[in-house]
Amino acid sequence: MQESQSAIQASYLRTPGRFKGFLGWVTSTDHKRIGLLYLYSIATMFFVGMLLGLAMKLELVAPGKTLMEARDYNATFTVHGVIMIFMVVIPGLPAVFGNFLLPLMIGARDVAFPRINLLSWYFYVAGVVLILIALLFGPGTPDTGWTFYAPYSFKTGTNMLPAIFGAFILGFSSILTGLNFIVTIHRMRAPGMGWMKLPMFAWTLYGTAWIQLLATPVVGITLVLVALERLFGIGVFDPALGGDPILYQHLFWIYSHPAVYIMILPAMGAVSEIIPTFAQKQLFGYKALILSTMAIAFVGYLVWGHHMFTAGMSGTAQYAFSLLTFLVAIPSAIKVFNWISTMYKGSINMQTPFYWAASFIFVFMIGGFSGLVLGSLATNIHVHDTGFVVAHFHYIVFGGVGYSFMAAIHYWFPKIYGRMYDSHWANIGWILFFVGFVSLYTPMFWLGMKGMPRRYYDYLPEFHGANILSTFGSWILAMGFIVIVFNLIRAARSGPPVGPNPWNGKTMEWMVPSPPPVENFEEIPVVGENDGPYNYE
Amino acid sequence: MEKTHQAHHEHYDPEASKIGMWLFIFTELLLFGAMFIIYSVYRYLNPEAFHLAGEELNTLIGAINTVILLVSSMTIAMSTSAIRKGNIWLTQQLLAITLVLALVFLVNKYFEWGSKFSHGIFPGSEYMLANYSQGEILFFGLYFVMTGLHAVHILVGMGLIIWTMIEVRQKKIHQEKYDLLENSGLYWHLVDIIWIFLFPLFYLIH
Repeated sequence: MQESQSAIQASYLRTPGRFKGFLGWVTSTDHKRIGLLYLYSIATMFFVGMLLGLAMKLELVAPGKTLMEARDYNATFTVHGVIMIFMVVIPGLPAVFGNFLLPLMIGARDVAFPRINLLSWYFYVAGVVLILIALLFGPGTPDTGWTFYAPYSFKTGTNMLPAIFGAFILGFSSILTGLNFIVTIHRMRAPGMGWMKLPMFAWTLYGTAWIQLLATPVVGITLVLVALERLFGIGVFDPALGGDPILYQHLFWIYSHPAVYIMILPAMGAVSEIIPTFAQKQLFGYKALILSTMAIAFVGYLVWGHHMFTAGMSGTAQYAFSLLTFLVAIPSAIKVFNWISTMYKGSINMQTPFYWAASFIFVFMIGGFSGLVLGSLATNIHVHDTGFVVAHFHYIVFGGVGYSFMAAIHYWFPKIYGRMYDSHWANIGWILFFVGFVSLYTPMFWLGMKGMPRRYYDYLPEFHGANILSTFGSWILAMGFIVIVFNLIRAARSGPPVGPNPWNGKTMEWMVPSPPPVENFEEIPVVGENDGPYNYE
Repeated sequence: MEKTHQAHHEHYDPEASKIGMWLFIFTELLLFGAMFIIYSVYRYLNPEAFHLAGEELNTLIGAINTVILLVSSMTIAMSTSAIRKGNIWLTQQLLAITLVLALVFLVNKYFEWGSKFSHGIFPGSEYMLANYSQGEILFFGLYFVMTGLHAVHILVGMGLIIWTMIEVRQKKIHQEKYDLLENSGLYWHLVDIIWIFLFPLFYLIH
């Protein structure tokens, strides 16, 4: 206990720098502090996005106008989407846990470019501020949906320019993070740590970083073109001047489909770290997991057209995109089988992070299978642009990233703060969140099948029952979230200190004190022939 | 913490910063790659109009600018050789020549754009809507966006070169440590090579 207390005193959380308090944090190039800066900003933005989501669900509690006009509903789902996609799930795991853990996992003192790392957080904040400006000032809140589809995005009178520019800046922040991680993994692994000794989470960060790097510029230039279209009328996406709005959709999804793999790969990586610890076994199928990660990252590039099956493309293109979409399911399934096999005959230690990881697999599979329904050409036509898509998307993205994020924060919390949370309340938070989640999104599958379109503020009377259930679920989910956040905040302030390795984890980050000292390692560790990635003692 | 950050900065890995620059160049290539895709789609859809509009561009100024950029790429590459030999004076001279060439390129570009503007050729102009076909409007839209984006990159590159010159002057860049100079050079070559593609696409193919 005494030792744990002194570890907290000597850690990155306390060590005085040139500046104290808030300034000390926002000028720090320590990867651990930057990770926490991201954690606090992303959690704040998630809370804002969640409030908007609750407002939308409240509007849908009864047919007709309940809370807001149709236009306000459009603005609400646009802002909800922009916040949740660009500010929460895309930076989510890489920016928070990638920053915090990557150097610890590979035995480095920091990332390759610490100052660029801090710069990328400033870009993030700048993007957030610009989008908030779009919300609060000017002629009206953007109402195009988070996809900014042409030609409406340059025809609408609302405040699009700051929103587009904000999304562009957020993309830049994402690129810099990815660039940093690639160079870090290439250049800064501890001596003896070959590629086949990298933990899975580092591997998934590597795959994600490449997608961030190679896909984000495409959406960047596309957004610039929309902005120029608004300002000068260059005509590239404007059918009145000979431009083609479908081309916009292609360019948008060339980024935005790989973007869901930016979100999901590190989520899978975190789960791959958590399950072995609590199954008390080595990770099953390490190499298969690496290959499937790279396969997802690669094939994920080639499937963007499945967002546009009804937008007008040739039959051949439709078949090709549908086939490629199905291909992604194979490496995803390999991952699920590997996680299950890791648990098989393990002595499972039922703790909060394991509950989150296990429920991640559950919701991820429902999200994945419903994705195949959307990837099939015939069924796609039936459920295109309905609640079914919304349910699928939230199961896979919110279910995937959200659950994995929760698993990760409950797993690495003692590493980050050196303190433990109250697992009783953490479990109550989990069950509320899970029950709320399932009752929020499952009815939308049914509603979509029955023909309720998405992005409408109104619906036919026969959809009333399922919508009530869905709205009710949103309240339970929000309650769960509040319980979780309060529990964690209380623990970060005054939870009981724990030793360096409360879960008996076997990866390198658990070999340093909790919380880690500023320099991470007193001496850079040397990885032996038979060490790692899952057998450090 | 300040002390430890000093320790971080002492960790000097020129290889890492070069990989970083290459990765950044990949992102730039994809940025322009998307523009080239848009260009080829519209060229494919409007071959005649692109042909007609392309003839209105001034091939001579375009060719002069191409030569200017090629020479500037050479001078910045020579500056890297000069720093390797430890010749600070020559490094600075070569960087200054590169900077001047970049400026000349922009001046040429300014006059080229200016003459188009004075003929009523610019995005959103009434004159174009009345007298030009949709394909020609698209051609000039792309011309202004792509050469404009390229000019922005020239400006960024000039900023980088100025920063490099300051660091050479402050002796932060020297014979043993010149990764910033190399990276500025890499970036400048990127700006050059993008122009190498823009020039034939807009000025030469008719």
